[in-house]
Amino acid sequence: MSSTPAFLTEEMRQQAIGRESLPNTVEVEKGAIIKFAQAIGDDNPVYNDEAAARASRYGGLVAPPTFLRSVAAGRPEYPFEVPFHRLLDGGSDWEYFEPVRPGDRITSVSRIEDINERNGRIGLMLISTIVITYTNQFGQVVATQTNTSIRY
Amino acid sequence: MGGQILWDDVSEGMEIGPVVRHPSTQQLVKYAGASGDYYQIHYDKDFAQGTGLEDVIIHGALKNAFLGSLVTDWMGPRGNLRRLSCQYRGMDIPGRPITARGVVTGKYEDDGEFLVDCEIWLENEEGQRTTPGRATVSLPSS
Repeated sequence: MSSTPAFLTEEMRQQAIGRESLPNTVEVEKGAIIKFAQAIGDDNPVYNDEAAARASRYGGLVAPPTFLRSVAAGRPEYPFEVPFHRLLDGGSDWEYFEPVRPGDRITSVSRIEDINERNGRIGLMLISTIVITYTNQFGQVVATQTNTSIRY
Repeated sequence: MGGQILWDDVSEGMEIGPVVRHPSTQQLVKYAGASGDYYQIHYDKDFAQGTGLEDVIIHGALKNAFLGSLVTDWMGPRGNLRRLSCQYRGMDIPGRPITARGVVTGKYEDDGEFLVDCEIWLENEEGQRTTPGRATVSLPSS
Protein backbone atom coordinates (compact mmCIF):
# COMPACT_ATOMS: atom_id res chain seq x y z
CA MET A 1 0.00 0.00 0.00
CA SER A 2 1.19 3.53 -0.73
CA SER A 3 1.64 5.77 2.31
CA THR A 4 -0.85 8.41 1.15
CA PRO A 5 -4.08 6.75 0.07
CA ALA A 6 -5.86 8.26 -2.95
CA PHE A 7 -9.26 7.44 -1.52
CA LEU A 8 -9.36 4.83 1.21
CA THR A 9 -7.91 5.93 4.54
CA GLU A 10 -7.02 3.46 7.28
CA GLU A 11 -9.92 4.84 9.31
CA MET A 12 -12.35 4.10 6.46
CA ARG A 13 -10.92 0.58 6.14
CA GLN A 14 -11.46 -0.10 9.82
CA GLN A 15 -15.03 1.21 9.62
CA ALA A 16 -15.79 -1.06 6.68
CA ILE A 17 -14.18 -4.29 7.88
CA GLY A 18 -16.66 -6.45 9.73
CA ARG A 19 -19.75 -4.84 8.21
CA GLU A 20 -22.44 -7.40 7.42
CA SER A 21 -25.41 -7.51 5.10
CA LEU A 22 -28.87 -8.17 6.44
CA PRO A 23 -29.57 -11.92 6.43
CA ASN A 24 -31.56 -13.12 3.43
CA THR A 25 -33.51 -16.37 3.46
CA VAL A 26 -34.55 -18.22 0.31
CA GLU A 27 -36.37 -21.53 0.02
CA VAL A 28 -34.64 -23.79 -2.50
CA GLU A 29 -37.09 -24.96 -5.14
CA LYS A 30 -36.65 -28.23 -7.00
CA GLY A 31 -37.31 -26.50 -10.33
CA ALA A 32 -34.66 -23.88 -9.58
CA ILE A 33 -32.03 -26.59 -9.04
CA ILE A 34 -32.90 -28.35 -12.32
CA LYS A 35 -32.98 -25.04 -14.20
CA PHE A 36 -29.60 -24.07 -12.78
CA ALA A 37 -28.06 -27.43 -13.73
CA GLN A 38 -29.41 -27.05 -17.26
CA ALA A 39 -28.10 -23.48 -17.51
CA ILE A 40 -24.56 -24.53 -16.58
CA GLY A 41 -24.78 -27.54 -18.92
CA ASP A 42 -24.29 -30.18 -16.21
CA ASP A 43 -26.30 -33.37 -16.80
CA ASN A 44 -25.27 -35.10 -13.56
CA PRO A 45 -28.40 -37.09 -12.57
CA VAL A 46 -28.18 -36.01 -8.90
CA TYR A 47 -29.05 -32.47 -10.03
CA ASN A 48 -31.48 -33.33 -12.84
CA ASP A 49 -33.24 -36.66 -12.44
CA GLU A 50 -35.33 -37.25 -9.35
CA ALA A 51 -35.56 -41.04 -9.74
CA ALA A 52 -31.81 -41.47 -10.34
CA ALA A 53 -31.04 -39.05 -7.50
CA ARG A 54 -33.24 -41.07 -5.15
CA ALA A 55 -31.10 -44.12 -5.90
CA SER A 56 -27.89 -42.15 -5.20
CA ARG A 57 -26.31 -41.88 -1.75
CA TYR A 58 -28.04 -38.50 -1.32
CA GLY A 59 -31.47 -40.15 -1.53
CA GLY A 60 -32.79 -37.26 -3.60
CA LEU A 61 -31.86 -34.23 -5.69
CA VAL A 62 -29.05 -31.97 -4.52
CA ALA A 63 -27.88 -28.62 -5.85
CA PRO A 64 -24.72 -28.14 -7.96
CA PRO A 65 -21.79 -26.59 -6.04
CA THR A 66 -22.23 -23.05 -7.35
CA PHE A 67 -26.05 -23.06 -7.12
CA LEU A 68 -25.82 -20.93 -3.97
CA ARG A 69 -24.96 -18.02 -6.28
CA SER A 70 -28.67 -17.93 -7.07
CA VAL A 71 -29.95 -17.44 -3.52
CA ALA A 72 -29.15 -13.74 -3.71
CA ALA A 73 -27.00 -12.87 -0.73
CA GLY A 74 -27.37 -9.23 0.22
CA ARG A 75 -24.38 -6.95 -0.10
CA PRO A 76 -22.90 -5.31 2.97
CA GLU A 77 -23.15 -1.54 2.80
CA TYR A 78 -19.98 0.46 2.92
CA PRO A 79 -19.96 3.11 5.64
CA PHE A 80 -18.96 5.70 3.03
CA GLU A 81 -19.91 6.77 -0.48
CA VAL A 82 -18.11 4.57 -3.04
CA PRO A 83 -17.15 6.74 -6.04
CA PHE A 84 -16.70 3.76 -8.38
CA HIS A 85 -19.67 2.36 -10.26
CA ARG A 86 -18.16 -0.48 -12.25
CA LEU A 87 -17.92 -3.87 -10.65
CA LEU A 88 -15.69 -6.82 -11.51
CA ASP A 89 -15.81 -10.24 -9.94
CA GLY A 90 -12.22 -11.23 -9.13
CA GLY A 91 -12.86 -14.81 -8.08
CA SER A 92 -14.39 -17.12 -5.50
CA ASP A 93 -13.17 -19.65 -2.96
CA TRP A 94 -15.90 -22.06 -1.79
CA GLU A 95 -15.83 -24.47 1.12
CA TYR A 96 -18.57 -27.08 1.31
CA PHE A 97 -19.92 -28.75 4.43
CA GLU A 98 -23.43 -30.07 3.74
CA PRO A 99 -25.48 -30.81 0.61
CA VAL A 100 -28.21 -28.35 -0.41
CA ARG A 101 -31.58 -29.99 -1.14
CA PRO A 102 -34.98 -28.92 -2.47
CA GLY A 103 -37.05 -27.44 0.35
CA ASP A 104 -34.02 -26.19 2.27
CA ARG A 105 -34.32 -22.66 3.58
CA ILE A 106 -30.91 -21.10 3.10
CA THR A 107 -29.98 -17.95 4.97
CA SER A 108 -27.04 -16.01 3.59
CA VAL A 109 -25.08 -13.24 5.25
CA SER A 110 -22.15 -11.46 3.62
CA ARG A 111 -19.43 -9.74 5.54
CA ILE A 112 -16.62 -7.40 4.51
CA GLU A 113 -13.47 -9.27 5.52
CA ASP A 114 -10.96 -6.85 4.04
CA ILE A 115 -10.79 -3.83 1.76
CA ASN A 116 -7.85 -2.14 0.07
CA GLU A 117 -7.21 0.28 -2.74
CA ARG A 118 -4.85 -0.36 -5.60
CA ASN A 119 -3.79 1.53 -8.67
CA GLY A 120 -3.91 -0.86 -11.61
CA ARG A 121 -4.21 -1.00 -15.35
CA ILE A 122 -7.81 0.20 -15.13
CA GLY A 123 -7.02 3.04 -12.72
CA LEU A 124 -7.83 3.29 -9.04
CA MET A 125 -9.66 0.23 -7.72
CA LEU A 126 -11.23 -0.80 -4.44
CA ILE A 127 -10.63 -4.48 -3.81
CA SER A 128 -12.87 -6.08 -1.19
CA THR A 129 -12.82 -9.56 0.25
CA ILE A 130 -16.39 -10.56 1.02
CA VAL A 131 -17.22 -13.75 2.93
CA ILE A 132 -20.72 -15.15 2.44
CA THR A 133 -21.95 -17.74 4.93
CA TYR A 134 -24.85 -19.96 3.86
CA THR A 135 -26.80 -21.66 6.68
CA ASN A 136 -29.71 -24.09 6.34
CA GLN A 137 -32.91 -24.32 8.39
CA PHE A 138 -31.21 -26.72 10.83
CA GLY A 139 -28.56 -24.16 11.69
CA GLN A 140 -25.88 -26.05 9.73
CA VAL A 141 -23.41 -23.98 7.71
CA VAL A 142 -23.71 -25.62 4.27
CA ALA A 143 -21.00 -23.55 2.58
CA THR A 144 -18.89 -20.43 2.77
CA GLN A 145 -17.88 -18.40 -0.25
CA THR A 146 -15.00 -15.93 -0.15
CA ASN A 147 -15.27 -13.48 -3.02
CA THR A 148 -12.90 -10.89 -4.36
CA SER A 149 -14.89 -7.91 -5.56
CA ILE A 150 -13.32 -5.09 -7.55
CA ARG A 151 -14.89 -1.64 -7.91
CA TYR A 152 -13.33 0.83 -10.31
CA MET B 1 -20.19 -39.76 -15.84
CA GLY B 2 -17.69 -42.57 -15.71
CA GLY B 3 -17.23 -45.12 -12.92
CA GLN B 4 -15.93 -44.43 -9.45
CA ILE B 5 -12.35 -43.25 -9.10
CA LEU B 6 -10.62 -44.49 -5.93
CA TRP B 7 -8.17 -42.57 -3.78
CA ASP B 8 -5.77 -45.55 -3.92
CA ASP B 9 -5.61 -45.25 -7.69
CA VAL B 10 -4.96 -41.48 -7.78
CA SER B 11 -1.42 -40.22 -8.17
CA GLU B 12 0.19 -36.81 -8.32
CA GLY B 13 0.35 -35.52 -11.87
CA MET B 14 -2.77 -37.39 -12.95
CA GLU B 15 -4.75 -35.34 -15.46
CA ILE B 16 -8.39 -34.31 -15.04
CA GLY B 17 -10.36 -33.68 -18.24
CA PRO B 18 -10.01 -32.05 -20.69
CA VAL B 19 -13.65 -31.09 -21.20
CA VAL B 20 -14.33 -28.66 -24.04
CA ARG B 21 -17.22 -26.24 -23.60
CA HIS B 22 -18.93 -24.15 -26.26
CA PRO B 23 -20.73 -21.41 -24.34
CA SER B 24 -23.21 -19.47 -26.52
CA THR B 25 -24.96 -16.16 -25.90
CA GLN B 26 -28.08 -18.28 -25.34
CA GLN B 27 -26.34 -20.10 -22.50
CA LEU B 28 -25.42 -16.76 -20.92
CA VAL B 29 -29.07 -15.71 -21.01
CA LYS B 30 -30.09 -19.04 -19.45
CA TYR B 31 -27.45 -18.57 -16.78
CA ALA B 32 -28.59 -15.00 -16.11
CA GLY B 33 -32.13 -16.29 -15.55
CA ALA B 34 -31.10 -19.28 -13.42
CA SER B 35 -28.64 -17.35 -11.24
CA GLY B 36 -30.41 -13.99 -11.08
CA ASP B 37 -27.29 -12.17 -12.33
CA TYR B 38 -28.74 -9.72 -14.85
CA TYR B 39 -25.69 -7.49 -15.26
CA GLN B 40 -26.00 -6.32 -18.89
CA ILE B 41 -22.34 -6.93 -19.80
CA HIS B 42 -23.34 -10.59 -20.20
CA TYR B 43 -26.09 -10.16 -22.84
CA ASP B 44 -26.24 -6.57 -24.15
CA LYS B 45 -23.40 -5.96 -26.59
CA ASP B 46 -23.93 -2.18 -26.78
CA PHE B 47 -23.89 -1.96 -23.00
CA ALA B 48 -20.80 -4.16 -22.78
CA GLN B 49 -18.94 -2.08 -25.36
CA GLY B 50 -20.02 1.08 -23.51
CA THR B 51 -18.05 -0.17 -20.50
CA GLY B 52 -14.97 -0.71 -22.66
CA LEU B 53 -15.34 -4.42 -23.33
CA GLU B 54 -14.94 -5.78 -26.85
CA ASP B 55 -18.09 -7.90 -26.61
CA VAL B 56 -20.42 -9.50 -24.07
CA ILE B 57 -18.42 -11.68 -21.69
CA ILE B 58 -19.11 -14.98 -19.94
CA HIS B 59 -20.19 -14.65 -16.31
CA GLY B 60 -17.28 -15.43 -14.02
CA ALA B 61 -19.70 -17.49 -11.95
CA LEU B 62 -20.58 -19.61 -15.01
CA LYS B 63 -16.88 -20.32 -15.51
CA ASN B 64 -16.75 -21.22 -11.81
CA ALA B 65 -19.62 -23.65 -12.51
CA PHE B 66 -17.73 -25.21 -15.46
CA LEU B 67 -14.82 -25.90 -13.14
CA GLY B 68 -17.21 -27.33 -10.57
CA SER B 69 -18.59 -29.77 -13.15
CA LEU B 70 -15.08 -30.76 -14.24
CA VAL B 71 -14.25 -31.78 -10.69
CA THR B 72 -17.59 -33.37 -9.69
CA ASP B 73 -17.65 -35.47 -12.90
CA TRP B 74 -14.10 -36.61 -12.21
CA MET B 75 -14.64 -37.49 -8.52
CA GLY B 76 -17.63 -39.73 -9.35
CA PRO B 77 -20.85 -40.42 -7.42
CA ARG B 78 -19.09 -41.29 -4.13
CA GLY B 79 -16.71 -38.35 -4.14
CA ASN B 80 -17.31 -35.20 -2.07
CA LEU B 81 -16.30 -31.73 -3.14
CA ARG B 82 -14.73 -29.97 -0.15
CA ARG B 83 -13.26 -26.86 -1.70
CA LEU B 84 -13.45 -25.09 -5.06
CA SER B 85 -11.74 -21.84 -5.92
CA CYS B 86 -10.98 -19.86 -9.04
CA GLN B 87 -9.74 -16.46 -10.08
CA TYR B 88 -10.96 -14.53 -13.09
CA ARG B 89 -7.74 -13.47 -14.76
CA GLY B 90 -9.00 -13.03 -18.30
CA MET B 91 -12.33 -12.43 -20.00
CA ASP B 92 -13.94 -15.12 -22.14
CA ILE B 93 -16.32 -14.38 -24.98
CA PRO B 94 -19.25 -16.63 -26.00
CA GLY B 95 -18.92 -18.36 -29.35
CA ARG B 96 -15.35 -19.44 -28.66
CA PRO B 97 -14.56 -22.84 -27.17
CA ILE B 98 -13.04 -22.99 -23.69
CA THR B 99 -11.39 -26.05 -22.25
CA ALA B 100 -11.57 -27.18 -18.63
CA ARG B 101 -8.53 -29.10 -17.38
CA GLY B 102 -6.86 -30.09 -14.19
CA VAL B 103 -4.03 -32.00 -12.61
CA VAL B 104 -3.70 -33.77 -9.25
CA THR B 105 -1.20 -31.93 -7.05
CA GLY B 106 -1.34 -34.02 -3.90
CA LYS B 107 -3.12 -36.72 -1.89
CA TYR B 108 -3.29 -37.23 1.87
CA GLU B 109 -5.39 -38.51 4.74
CA ASP B 110 -6.93 -36.09 7.20
CA ASP B 111 -9.19 -37.04 10.10
CA GLY B 112 -10.24 -40.32 8.45
CA GLU B 113 -10.89 -38.69 5.08
CA PHE B 114 -8.99 -39.51 1.90
CA LEU B 115 -8.34 -36.19 0.22
CA VAL B 116 -7.00 -35.11 -3.14
CA ASP B 117 -5.85 -31.58 -4.08
CA CYS B 118 -6.08 -30.50 -7.70
CA GLU B 119 -5.06 -27.53 -9.75
CA ILE B 120 -7.82 -26.74 -12.23
CA TRP B 121 -8.26 -24.14 -14.93
CA LEU B 122 -10.10 -22.97 -18.02
CA GLU B 123 -8.03 -22.15 -21.07
CA ASN B 124 -8.98 -20.31 -24.23
CA GLU B 125 -8.13 -21.23 -27.84
CA GLU B 126 -4.70 -19.63 -27.47
CA GLY B 127 -3.99 -21.85 -24.48
CA GLN B 128 -4.09 -18.94 -22.00
CA ARG B 129 -5.38 -19.86 -18.56
CA THR B 130 -8.13 -17.28 -18.14
CA THR B 131 -9.56 -18.93 -15.02
CA PRO B 132 -7.09 -20.76 -12.78
CA GLY B 133 -8.27 -22.42 -9.59
CA ARG B 134 -7.95 -25.22 -7.08
CA ALA B 135 -10.14 -27.96 -5.71
CA THR B 136 -10.06 -30.45 -2.86
CA VAL B 137 -12.18 -33.61 -2.97
CA SER B 138 -12.57 -36.60 -0.70
CA LEU B 139 -12.72 -40.01 -2.37
CA PRO B 140 -13.47 -43.55 -1.29
CA SER B 141 -10.12 -45.25 -0.73
CA SER B 142 -11.03 -48.66 -2.08
